[in-house]
Formats: sequence, structure tokens, C-alpha cells
Amino acid sequence: MQKVFTRPKGLTELPFHYCPGCTHGIIHRLIGEVLDELNIIEDTIGVAPVGCAGFSLDFFSCDFVGAAHGRAQAVATGIKRALPDKLVFTYQGDGDISAIGTSHAIHVAARSEKITSIMVNNAVFGMTGGQMAPTTLSGQVTTTSPYGRDSAAFGNPIDLPKIIATMDGAAYVAAVSADSPKNIIAAKKAIKKAFQVQQLGLGFAFVSVLSTCPTNWGLSPVESIKWLQQNMLPIYQMGELKVNKEVEAI
Amino acid sequence: MDKVLIKGNEAIAEAAIRSGCKLFFGYPITPSTEIMEYLSKNMPKAGGTILQGEDEVASINMCYGAAATGARVMTASSSPGFSLKQEGLSYIAAAELPVVVVNVNRSGPGLGGLGPAQSDYFQCTKGGGHGDYRLIVLAPSKGQEMYDFTMQAFDLADKYRNPVLILADGFLGQMMEPIELKERPAVNLPAKDWVTNGCRGRNKRKIASYALTNEIGEANCMYWQTKYKQIKEEEQRWESYQADDAEYLLVGYGTCGRIAKSVVINARKHGIKLGLIRPISLWPFPENAFKRHISTVKGIVAIELNAGQMVEDIRLAVNCKIPVELYNRQGGMLPTETEIFQYVSQVFNLKLPEEG
Repeated sequence: MQKVFTRPKGLTELPFHYCPGCTHGIIHRLIGEVLDELNIIEDTIGVAPVGCAGFSLDFFSCDFVGAAHGRAQAVATGIKRALPDKLVFTYQGDGDISAIGTSHAIHVAARSEKITSIMVNNAVFGMTGGQMAPTTLSGQVTTTSPYGRDSAAFGNPIDLPKIIATMDGAAYVAAVSADSPKNIIAAKKAIKKAFQVQQLGLGFAFVSVLSTCPTNWGLSPVESIKWLQQNMLPIYQMGELKVNKEVEAI
Repeated sequence: MDKVLIKGNEAIAEAAIRSGCKLFFGYPITPSTEIMEYLSKNMPKAGGTILQGEDEVASINMCYGAAATGARVMTASSSPGFSLKQEGLSYIAAAELPVVVVNVNRSGPGLGGLGPAQSDYFQCTKGGGHGDYRLIVLAPSKGQEMYDFTMQAFDLADKYRNPVLILADGFLGQMMEPIELKERPAVNLPAKDWVTNGCRGRNKRKIASYALTNEIGEANCMYWQTKYKQIKEEEQRWESYQADDAEYLLVGYGTCGRIAKSVVINARKHGIKLGLIRPISLWPFPENAFKRHISTVKGIVAIELNAGQMVEDIRLAVNCKIPVELYNRQGGMLPTETEIFQYVSQVFNLKLPEEG
């Protein structure tokens, strides 16, 4: 009998231990498939952040380095500058890359560092128990905004891909979502392109993926998907936000 | 071999290139900037890469990444910038990555001044960042040592898989001295069979410092301490000068060690049995240098450019069996030979032998 669905080689055998309904597992799988399809597992070094996404270093079958909170892109820069012929990617949560790591996000784009960054945006700090992140929506209740995020006092959500897309050095920027089969297919395409951009040496590639956090949102997995669709999709700009000329040819 | 007249900072930079350092990540700060400027000019010619990071935090984390691939890598900074590198250094120490770091100490706290100071002694020798870790710290006292110790630093870093710090000051960094550009010594170093450079033909590797359970956490800590114990046993370095028959000892490192040597020469002319111990490795502190003097020396004076930091390590090294006094200047000021000599005479109530 022909096997039509299998675990991609880009993932290790370790079962995911993310919370039920969290979309990290889906996004991991997409990256695992891309590593597999592009046949780059042995030439890729991943950089993990701090937070739930920090577990990623055990789940991918390529070499991995664990960075300090927010520093994954600086670490990735060091790896890429030492090994320009290898592929280097970061896998970071929104609390990592768009709060403590923002300066690195801006500067890897400014330098058009030839790395790929994946941001998983669930609008909270997940691992520490659901605190307000820069991506937390206006009015959203978290443990550090228990009365809802008051924009007057705590600001409005940062739409990082939109910012990065304005920079000359960003070769490819896409904002996708892991909420539906259609969007997951689009997410895979964007992630694959972001790795191809690096393979071709075209510059910095960035993909943001909207994700759920049922545990910290206090919702069921199904309710979480609905919450993402109703609350996050209207706020965060979706689609390919920056495709430079050379990337268009891919 | 011919000597060249260059600044101490440039000597560090040239030694790095000749040690096979292929990457430098930094951020300008006085009085260490010449290291980066020199490398910006000369590193690319030597086939290396230099990158000015967005800040010191980025620079040290770029070092972390480059070191994880097995490449020789360096960063340099001065006190406020060195403070910013502490987070990264803690991770580098925990992940056991060989990185060479230079701190050309300026005076502090805060923004401080640019003059020579040793006010970062605690920060450099006691860890500096969070967690129980140590850097190997080498303290040059002249241009040639800025060069030599940088070369040694790369080998020590590779030997122990540990960050190594060159601790200098603005005086040593800025001063021009004739320096012999020696070739890299041949040293047998362990193979880097731990690097993350793509898993072609082998199993996946990971480099990280997270301990998921307390049991693993404790095992890691005990392992690190075993390594530090080995370094403590094998790498204590110091210079003794006129110390064998000394009744009194000066202890100073870096610029102070240099000044103290002149004080000893002068004291000997006056018939005073003064000697010098100049710590070269500040961590591990050269405790062994003091052991043989505990029963013979009557008093010690630490000479420091801070409020008195190394003096604590000297007291521990002599088990408080000898009086250990402090003569210090701060904020970028240097002591003169005369004032040190006067202090030593006064504090130990020394009567100068009648001249003639």
C-alpha cells in the first residue's frame, strides 16, 4: 500500500508537547516539510528563542542553537557570517522578536542579512503564563493587562512585518495565518519562499504567522481559532507585504 | 625580529588576526575603539569578517553564533559596553563557547571617564552576568603582553571551551610601544567535535543552556565547577619580582603592576626588602603565588585603580595571616612611584636606612 502522508524528515521523532490547540505544531510541520522538500536539512542551522518556541530546537532535525531572549537574529547573524554557504533561520515568538528583540529585527533587515526569520504571533507571552506582549490587541485581557490593554497607557499592537516591509534590505516579507486549511497552505508557500530567498542569496526574508494560545487565552482550541479570525485577522495586515524584484522571479 | 611601534589596542587587533580569528563583532566605545578600527581595515584583507552590530548586546550574541560554528571570534569594548555584554557572556559560558573578549576598562560607575581604571575587577573576575560562571581573565601590563596574551587567550578559549577576557585600561590601550609581532605558537588543542555547522553525515547537534529539570540543572552546575576547578589548578599566572627574600610585597596588575615594579627597584636602592607579585591571571587568581610568602612576609600593599577590589582576593589568598593594606587611586588617576613608596613606608612604619 502506498503511504500518502508521513512525518517530514525535517522533524525529529520527538512528539510535540505544545498545549492542545496551539498552532506551533502546525507551523513546525510546515517548516519541517520545507526543509525536506528543499533538501536542506543537513545544510541548515536553526536558532531557537526563549519562550514556548524555545522547544523548537528539539523538534527540527537540523542543527540548532538556543539563543537568549530576543537575541536569536543576532546569533543567526553570527552563524551566517561564519558560514555564508549554510542556511540559517530563526523561529521566534512575538514576545521575543517584537519586544526585547526589536532592535535586532530592524537591523537584520537594514543589513539585509541573508537569513530567514519566522515569527509566531499569538498576541501574548505564552510560556510565562499569558502576559501582555507588544502584539496584544487593544482591550485584550492578559495577566499584566487584567482590565484589558489600555491603549492610552500601554500603546497599540506592533505590526512587525509591516514595519520590516518598509525597509530596503527586506527582500521578502509575508504575513500569514495558521487558522484554516487555506491559510495554512498559503503559510507553507510563504515559508518555502522565505527559505528559497536565502538559498538564492537575495537578502533578508521574514514570515509572520498568526497563531493561537488556547491555554493563556482561556479558550478551547475551536474557540481560539474563531478568536484569532475575529480579532487578530482584522488588525494585522495579511499577505505578501514585500516582494522585491529578484524575489518575484522565484 | 623587528619591532613595530603601535598602540596597545592595535597590538590586540593584530594578535587576533595572527591567531586565526576570522570574525569580529563590535560596537565603538572609547578607549577600546582602535581595536575595531584596526580590524575594519585589516581583517577583510586577512580573509576575515568584521561587523559593527547595532549595539553591544547584538555584538556579543553574534559572537555566540559564530563561536557555535567553531570559528575563532572576538569582541572588544569598554566598561559601559562591557556591562551590556554580560547577558551574552553568561550564555556563552553556559553553552561553553570559546570567545575572546576585550575590556579596556574606563572609570565608572555610570558613564564615567576615559582614564585608566580597574573598577571592573569584580565584574570581570566574579562572573559579571547572572549565574555561577567564570571567565578566564588575563591582565597585560604592557604593549607586548597585549599582543601575547591575546594569542594565548584564543588557545585558552579553545582548550577549555570557555570565554576568555583580556582586561586592560585606557592607558595600556592608547599607549604606543615597540611590539614584536610573534608568530602564533603551535599548541595542541582538542578537536571541535561539538560545533553546529550543519549535520551533513552526522547526527543533529544542538547548543543551548536550558535545563528542564532541577536534577539536570544541578548536574550542569557541578560539571561547570569541575571545569573551573581544573582551570584554577592549571592556569594561575603571575610575575614575581624580587619576591623571594621580600619582607614586604606590593601586589598590582596591569598598569599598577608596571608602576609597582619601579617602586620595588627604588625601595631596594634604599635597602628595603620590597618585592612585587603581579597577577597575570585575575581569574583564576594566582593564590599559589602567595603560599610561599605567608610565613616570611610582614605586610602586603595592594595597588589598585579602584576603591579596593583585588585586595579582597589577596586577603583570601593569604588567609588573613598577613596584614594587607590598600593604596588606590580612582576615576582615571594613576599613583606616582613616590606616593606609593611613601605610603608603604608609612603604613608599615619603615625607617629608611641612613644614606651613605
